[in-house]
Amino acid sequence: MEGNEAMAWGAVVSGCRFFAGYPITPATTIFNTMLKLLPPLNGICLQGEDEIASIGYCLGASMGGLKAMTATSGPGISLYSEHISFAIGSEIPVVIVDVQRLGPSTGSATRGADGDIQFLRWGNSGGLPVIVLAPVDVSDCFLMTIKAFNLAEEFRCPVFIASNKEIAMTRENIDMDAFDIPNIVERTPPPAGKPFIPFEVPLESKVPYFLPIGGDVIVRQTSSTHGADGYITTDTDEISRVQDRLNTKLTSKVKSFSFHESYLEKDSDTLLLAYGITARAARDVYHECKNSGSPISLLILKTLWPVPEELIKEKAEYVQRVVVVEMNLGQYVREIERILPDKIIDFLGQMDGRLISPNQIAKALAHG
Amino acid sequence: MGSLLNKSRPPVFCPGCSHDRITQTLDRAFLNMGLRGEEVVIVTDIGCSGLFDTFFNTHAFHGLHGRALTYATGLKMAQPNLHVIVTMGDGGLGIGGAHVLSACRRNLDLTLLILNNFNFGMTGGQFSATTPSTAQVGSGFLNRLELPFDICRVAASAGAAYVRRCSGYAKNLWQEIENAVRFDGFSILDIWGICPGRYTKRNRLTPQIIEESLAKMPPIKNPVPENQREEYGRHYRNLAAGQKLVSPPKKMTAQFDPIKRKRMNVVILGNAGQRIITAGEILCLAGLATGFQTTQKNEYNITVLRGHSITEVILSPEAIGYTGIDRPDVIMALSQEGVDRRKRLFDSLNNSVLILQAPGVAIPSCKAEILQPNFKSQKIKSTDWALAALIVLAKMNRVIHLEMLKTALKYKFRNNILTSSLDLIERVSTD
Repeated sequence: MEGNEAMAWGAVVSGCRFFAGYPITPATTIFNTMLKLLPPLNGICLQGEDEIASIGYCLGASMGGLKAMTATSGPGISLYSEHISFAIGSEIPVVIVDVQRLGPSTGSATRGADGDIQFLRWGNSGGLPVIVLAPVDVSDCFLMTIKAFNLAEEFRCPVFIASNKEIAMTRENIDMDAFDIPNIVERTPPPAGKPFIPFEVPLESKVPYFLPIGGDVIVRQTSSTHGADGYITTDTDEISRVQDRLNTKLTSKVKSFSFHESYLEKDSDTLLLAYGITARAARDVYHECKNSGSPISLLILKTLWPVPEELIKEKAEYVQRVVVVEMNLGQYVREIERILPDKIIDFLGQMDGRLISPNQIAKALAHG
Repeated sequence: MGSLLNKSRPPVFCPGCSHDRITQTLDRAFLNMGLRGEEVVIVTDIGCSGLFDTFFNTHAFHGLHGRALTYATGLKMAQPNLHVIVTMGDGGLGIGGAHVLSACRRNLDLTLLILNNFNFGMTGGQFSATTPSTAQVGSGFLNRLELPFDICRVAASAGAAYVRRCSGYAKNLWQEIENAVRFDGFSILDIWGICPGRYTKRNRLTPQIIEESLAKMPPIKNPVPENQREEYGRHYRNLAAGQKLVSPPKKMTAQFDPIKRKRMNVVILGNAGQRIITAGEILCLAGLATGFQTTQKNEYNITVLRGHSITEVILSPEAIGYTGIDRPDVIMALSQEGVDRRKRLFDSLNNSVLILQAPGVAIPSCKAEILQPNFKSQKIKSTDWALAALIVLAKMNRVIHLEMLKTALKYKFRNNILTSSLDLIERVSTD
């Protein structure tokens, strides 16, 4: 099956029962598949009048108690922006798939790219952190979707899956029975016996309990700057506490979801770092180098945001040089330069709709 | 049942604002219907209409400007028993126009209360979609250049089943609201009011003038006879209940030895309409029948039946990394457009590469082994060339053999298509 179909299956396994999307190549087949899967399961799949509506439906349904997902490409993410900010600030769980295509703007509908990597992180007002996961292949599309739902529910936040036309619409064989499916995480209702305060945080966590709008207890949701009671507030101390919590509830926990693959070679002074579809070519290069007797190390990141800084530092500890490869003109490499100021950072990027080939990577390793 | 007004948060509208009266009247309608706060959600837009949810002890959802109907739709689909009341000003009508029209077309059981006071009160009295061209507003002369719209006629023509306009000062406003809430489908109540903070500072508008203006508006028969139909949510659930449960894709088990236990790269260069992508999928399935890993990377235009269509298939006993093909083992040149798209592929081919060249397709000169099956003299239609090329390959025992191919066809096709593709195997010869 193709990556898009695998995401739909992953969503269903995660307990997703609401999907809304607006047709856009190369994400449309997620919508098509959800439309086949959800209705017979008493789930809901809607086609929005535009992207703003599609994610708006998801936010409403999510607050109504359903696990919700939407899927689009770069032009749609642009339109999602106000609702991404809303989901961050008002802690609404939602999974957002970005099947990236070549930009800018309308760009090329049927050409792949990883051009939205910084946009996903910063495309919200307020600049608070988000979670972005990056699948490498079709199996990942299935598994990372489940992980995305789990994180969205655990942290009450939007979680992006940064896919790419080249994963989403490439078919590959997968063995669904062989998957080690993670336990499915559900929203945590408040303990009984106390009045419910919509954004009150339990002592041991930074994430508010969840009750659905429409249940037996009155729930307030608001896009305005609010206090624990869900009413607009101008109390600067309270505002500051909430902003700090929204910031650190993800950054302080990224260690628990720093998904990656690493292949470290003792004799290598170079770490190749890649994510998404490009990681596949990088993996080929790793094997070739190993077979040819001049091994390199390889780190494939599957959690891009918040930046898994400790993981990257740890994996790069013994190398002098890090080569970052990505299907854009240099986005995530900025983070690597920031985290590893004392290493040589080389970069290989390409943004013309073609995949970066193992040959190109091998050349970059040789000439850096 | 008591009042649903929030005692700890009394309304904070400007003195003389009609929103104040509407807040009290909405509560009276709730009271009259015997609704509990848990049975109602008030979804509010931005601006002064966006304050309504805070004045009630009901579920509350306050979102972004113009988008209230989108959240309301998600909520109502998730919680079908909930009474969903949306408050929106004339500003929200403009910025959220697409959502209003869609809600009208959809007929989901939501109640939209439009607090229509002819300007953007909160931001300084700028003109909205309902501001008269003659009014003096905070947008200078700009409103003189545009016509206001009558949301009721717009909504009726967009398919709204329930459309009423009334004055915020009407004695029976509670009844109007209750009727709208009770309506089983999407209902719009266009409530005309006065914004003393902005609008009436420079424009004369009184309850009396509102009454007279309403009387001059073209009447709308309500409920709108031509728009009566089933409520969307129930209709959705009825249709959804009839959909068949989808099973995960069938497994393809390894049942044959491969021709060679080595990776094979096949590129099919064709046109849309030649079923190139389907042929690629069949090739993958044939590979799976030997327990190989497979990937299929496609390239085509967004148009259908026109332009190139290219598929790159890798069959490999090992895990597959890079999914592109720089060094093919087999190229099927089935259309000129496909070949022209990938001319560079022919640059450095050696004689271990096999090219199947279809009739009428020119290829760049190269060192590869070239076979030219004459599909035309075999009377094979161009739409079957991709499958025919696979058959040629299988008959030559290159990459796949016939049993692999037949197994793939039986997995992929049923009935007539299966029969005709198996027939094709008999018809195709390698020369």
